[in-house]
Amino acid sequence: MKFGIQVNEGPYTHQASDSAYQFTKAALEKGHEIFRVFFYHDGVNNATRLTTPPQDDRNIVNRWSKLAEQYNLDMVVCVAAAQRRGIVDEGEAKRNGKDATNLAPGFRISGLGQLIEAGIQSDRMVVFGD
Amino acid sequence: MGDTKKFMMINRKAPYGTIYALESLEVVLIAAAFEQDVSLAFLDDGVYQLKKGHQTKGIEVKGFEKTYGALEDYDVEKLYVDQESLAARGLTAEDLCVPVEVMSRAELGKLMEEQDVLLSF
Repeated sequence: MKFGIQVNEGPYTHQASDSAYQFTKAALEKGHEIFRVFFYHDGVNNATRLTTPPQDDRNIVNRWSKLAEQYNLDMVVCVAAAQRRGIVDEGEAKRNGKDATNLAPGFRISGLGQLIEAGIQSDRMVVFGD
Repeated sequence: MGDTKKFMMINRKAPYGTIYALESLEVVLIAAAFEQDVSLAFLDDGVYQLKKGHQTKGIEVKGFEKTYGALEDYDVEKLYVDQESLAARGLTAEDLCVPVEVMSRAELGKLMEEQDVLLSF
């Protein structure tokens, strides 16, 4: 089965982000395909490499990055939602005159069209949110 | 791409207080731009999104009531509202800013089953 995943909530404040990760990982381990993981609303905060959780807690951002590397996952952060919340890659920093970037490895910033495309191309679209 | 699928955006939250309604509209417009078969469902506090007369000056937030009226320009004309959610909030279709189809939960559930993609906000 080919899945598309949408993540609507931020890390640590909401279970949705953990559940999305666990679902995605389990699906991949079972041999399913993940067409794309799309981060929207506060979900874009899953993509900041500047999070520093306590050492005895899970590192949600690094966990996503590792999964992306392992399975060549396409993880897309919505550009408009990212701009509102200060998630920045080099292109965005240049375009908007920001002095820093914080996008974690394995993520890329792109438009909402990527979410619609995921809906079109996937057999099942699964939304994790509030 | 080229494929067309039936997308339903499910709106369950009040228009202000959280950003879900506003960012959901952005998805609706993009889905329409991709020429998908788009419909919107409003239930729970989501029915307040369509309530006539948003006044947002006091909370210093940009109002977006007008966007619902503009949806037909994007060929988004299928707006479904849950009757029970309206009734629970003392509202009727006359309180809403755009023409909608009011239906029972069971009917709405049937419509959801016919969709290819359900995005909930």
